[in-house]
Amino acid sequence: MTINQISVFIENKPGKLAEFTDILSKNNIDMRAMSIAETPDFGVLRIIVNDSYNAACVIREAGYVFSITPVLAVAIPDEPGSLGKILNIMGQGDVNLEYLYAFTAPKKDWAYMVFRVQDNEKAIDVLSKNGVKLLNQADLDQLFD
Amino acid sequence: MERYYQPEIECASREQILAWQNERLVKQVQYVYDNVPYYRKKMEEKGVTPADVQSVADLHKLPFLTKADLRDAYPYGLCAVPVSEAVRIQSTSGTTGRRVVAFYTQHDLDLWEDCCARAIMAAGGTKDDVVHVSYGYGLFTGGAGLHGGSHKVGSLTLPMSSGNTDRQIQFMCDLGSTILCCTPSYAAYLSESINERGLKDQIHLKAGIFGAEAWTEEMRRDIEKGLGIKAYDIYGLTEISGPGVSFECSAQTGMHINEDHFIAEIIDPVTEEVLPEGEKGELVFTCITKEAFPLLRYRTRDICVLKREKCSCGRTHVKMSKPMGRSDDMLIIKGVNVFPSQIETILLNKGYAANYQLIVDRVNNSDTLEVQVEMTPEMFSDSVSEVTAKEKELVNAMKAMLGIYAKVRLVAPKSIARSEGKAVRVIDKRKLY
Repeated sequence: MTINQISVFIENKPGKLAEFTDILSKNNIDMRAMSIAETPDFGVLRIIVNDSYNAACVIREAGYVFSITPVLAVAIPDEPGSLGKILNIMGQGDVNLEYLYAFTAPKKDWAYMVFRVQDNEKAIDVLSKNGVKLLNQADLDQLFD
Repeated sequence: MERYYQPEIECASREQILAWQNERLVKQVQYVYDNVPYYRKKMEEKGVTPADVQSVADLHKLPFLTKADLRDAYPYGLCAVPVSEAVRIQSTSGTTGRRVVAFYTQHDLDLWEDCCARAIMAAGGTKDDVVHVSYGYGLFTGGAGLHGGSHKVGSLTLPMSSGNTDRQIQFMCDLGSTILCCTPSYAAYLSESINERGLKDQIHLKAGIFGAEAWTEEMRRDIEKGLGIKAYDIYGLTEISGPGVSFECSAQTGMHINEDHFIAEIIDPVTEEVLPEGEKGELVFTCITKEAFPLLRYRTRDICVLKREKCSCGRTHVKMSKPMGRSDDMLIIKGVNVFPSQIETILLNKGYAANYQLIVDRVNNSDTLEVQVEMTPEMFSDSVSEVTAKEKELVNAMKAMLGIYAKVRLVAPKSIARSEGKAVRVIDKRKLY
């Protein structure tokens, strides 16, 4: 019940991110979600793509340092309070969150979150028991069909 | 008025100086041969006996010593006296983390302090002065040398050591320090701090003795103007004794080498041939009065020129130019010796590839060191805190080995400039030479 996130080391300099996205576009790779965590010197770009195996090959070929991390993707109702509800479930279940970011898909009334947690198994258990809808790679692909 | 600590020596005739050197060299070679098996072996390998050295003219027959010898002979291999006769150890950083240790008998300390006293008096010091020593105390020779020299002159000595700028300035104002001894970059920093606080009219400095790192004439002018003093250069190295091997006089056109204690030669660093007077080359020292750590023909790796012209100060000892560069890859950053190989060792020890570049710069007259490290999959993580924790680990390891702070900058793989396939390891933007 996880999806693959690709994290890439990008120097914090003008044009560096554009160089990277150009490589994705040339290879016809579509991004589903993205976020950047930055320091003064570098950023860690986190992306979820349509074909993570192909993307990883392309990124490696281009000489980037990257890693692949299994993360959780969750669909939540697009209404006030629904993120808080999930965060409370995780908090009560003692699941520690490393970082999170949101993305959208062409589906009305739904919002989507990516959660990076320390312990995926535990988080999946806690969320499923509380009726939270987790997405796998196939679910994700369907959203964009 | 020029002041001298030992005028009969400092202004002796050239014949007299040469006579001292000849006599002391012959004795010293025999002494080292008898008491330092490491050097005796080197002499034997070269087929030289003490009898072959009858005067300074025979000096070229002796084998050289280098930092590599100090490393091989570490710790006691070049010490000529038993521990019972030695009274002091000083130390400086060496290659790949192994430090250079030097030993002193009480007599050695006396002569070293004499050399520093000469430097202080050449800078106008007398027993009426308050000598403010902001060189580091401890293993570093800076503090101990100038401190001892100041005692010899009879000046009131303030053993401040380095750091704590607020306290430095407070003491300077309250106690009326007149001569400041520290690294030139710290002098520049103090000058800036004093002027920022509007305290220039409350300090009483008249002179400064600054060494242990390279500095430019421009920096000298800045410091002289900022503190309202005359700034004098001083040179030395732990292996030979410490600061005071040579020092500047009122002429400020080079540093007089204390030739009654040290014989200087200039060699071609590649062929190792002795070069004629006035030519630029590597400075080599032979200690002719030292007891505990009597290095003969020690290659300093400093590139400079010797000048024997008559000096307006009245001193007759040869003058050396400021070092114009190094014949090895050693960098002096904030007065600390740094070898690129030390940084390579740290990276390899931590399991990283040694793809790095050192960027040395001088910002506001203070040295900065940035170590650029190419990112590797081993160092990378999707979590920024994990990457910065690894970065911090490197910073701490460098601080532990080098003794100074180095900023670590993680850069993209293969982004460090390579010339002809070989990475350029050092970019020194300071333009000191």
